This record gives sequence, C-alpha cells and structure tokens, in this order.
Amino acid sequence: MSNEIKADINMDLKGVACPMPVIKVSQQIKKMQIGQVLAAETTDPGAHADFPAWAKTTGNEIVATEKKDAVTVFYIKKLK
Amino acid sequence: MDVQKVIESLQNEMSQVKDERKNKLSMVIFSGDLDKLLASFIIATGALAMGMEVVMFFTFWATPSLRDKKKKGKGKDLFGKMFGFMLPKGADKVTLSKMHMGGMGTGMMKHLMKKKNVASLEELRAMAIEMEAKIYICDMSMNLMGFKQEEMIDYPGREFVGVAKFLEEAGDSKIQLFI
Repeated sequence: MSNEIKADINMDLKGVACPMPVIKVSQQIKKMQIGQVLAAETTDPGAHADFPAWAKTTGNEIVATEKKDAVTVFYIKKLK
Repeated sequence: MDVQKVIESLQNEMSQVKDERKNKLSMVIFSGDLDKLLASFIIATGALAMGMEVVMFFTFWATPSLRDKKKKGKGKDLFGKMFGFMLPKGADKVTLSKMHMGGMGTGMMKHLMKKKNVASLEELRAMAIEMEAKIYICDMSMNLMGFKQEEMIDYPGREFVGVAKFLEEAGDSKIQLFI
C-alpha cells in the first residue's frame, strides 16, 4: 500500500532519541507546502506513539507507516 | 418548574461560556537538578513542536543553570560571591538529584546520553530558544543570590520578571507545570 506513496522529502532520523524526532519533523513540515509528504525514518520506539499524537494535535496526517526491521518509516502529509 | 425552560436557559448560558485559555504551556522551573532540568526542556521543546506557545519561568535553584560560564558578574558583596562560588556556573555544571556520587554518576549519565544520542541540556536549551520559547528569569532570585544580569546567558526576548508576570501567562495557559 505504502509503495504507491511518493515522498517529497526524506528524513533520516535513525538513532535520534526523544524528543528530537518530533522536533525535527515539526521543523521540516513548517518548511513544506500543503499536500506534500514527508517520509521520516526512525528507530525511536517512542515514535510509534509520538508521531500519531503529534499529527493529531497539529492537524497533519500520517498516511502510511512502513516497518523494516528496527526502522519505521512514517509518511506524513502536510495538511495545515 | 418548566424543565424545557431550564434547559433552554442553561444552553443559552453555555453558549456564552468561552474557553479563554490559549494553546500555551507555562512552567515554573524551580529545581536546579540536571534530571529535572532535562525533563523541563524535553517537555518544552516537545510542546513547541506540537505548535504550542511555551513560557518557562526560572526561579530559585534553577536560576544558576542560566549562568554563562564565560561571563562574570561585577561588584558582588560577600554573600553574592559565596553563592556565586557554591552554585553551579551554567547548565554544564548542574548535577543529578540522585546517584551524583561525587560527580561519577553525573559523568556516567552524560556519557550514556551521548552514546545513546540523547540531546544534552545545552542542546535542548538552544533548541527551545531557537523555537522561540519565552524564558523568563526571576528577578528576586537573582537579587537574593547576588547574580548579576551580565553573567547570565543572553538570548532574544530575555526578561527578568516577577511572579505576577508568570501568573499572567499561566492564567491563560492550557497546561501549567511546576518542576
């Protein structure tokens, strides 16, 4: 399913610990245009709870997640 | 009593009740312990990332964590000099509330944080400043401990304030914390 999603920007957050993944993503999303998709790669286990919470609060959408071993890719669409 | 009328008047009243609180986090940072300062800045930067306004009011033991290790305060009296000597000179010098063990525990924790890619206190603070957190410093604590404004770190919007300023900010904040 997520194979069809094309990311406009890719971000490598592997090895980066809380709270930085959410901060880096929020800073990157600010620079993007509405409708664009950010693919954020993370190994932080907290991200599974944090990214959805962040997206819900800021009004953006996680359109897909992709898990490869310890790395999870979150596809985040900028809606606001 | 006419129940329908009561409900109508209540609905009318409810529609006039507006939530005056802003999407804002106000924190009192009281503790000068490394662990609690880390928690404060993690919550602050997290809130900034969530799109919240953030106000941090540094008072009492947290005040010396905002000293600049390269700067010096001039014209201190004996007590000011004593406090200046005994309290940590900046974020780099604050210690854990537990397991400090004469510096060994704090050193080990800092080593682990680096190894596990956890941001340091200085990095988190720089991030909070970059993301435009309002960092207030308690004027009374400065005065009491004999710290001079010129020995504190400088950043855009630095203000030395009193309790009323904090309460004004906290009053219309969704979240208030004391750490």
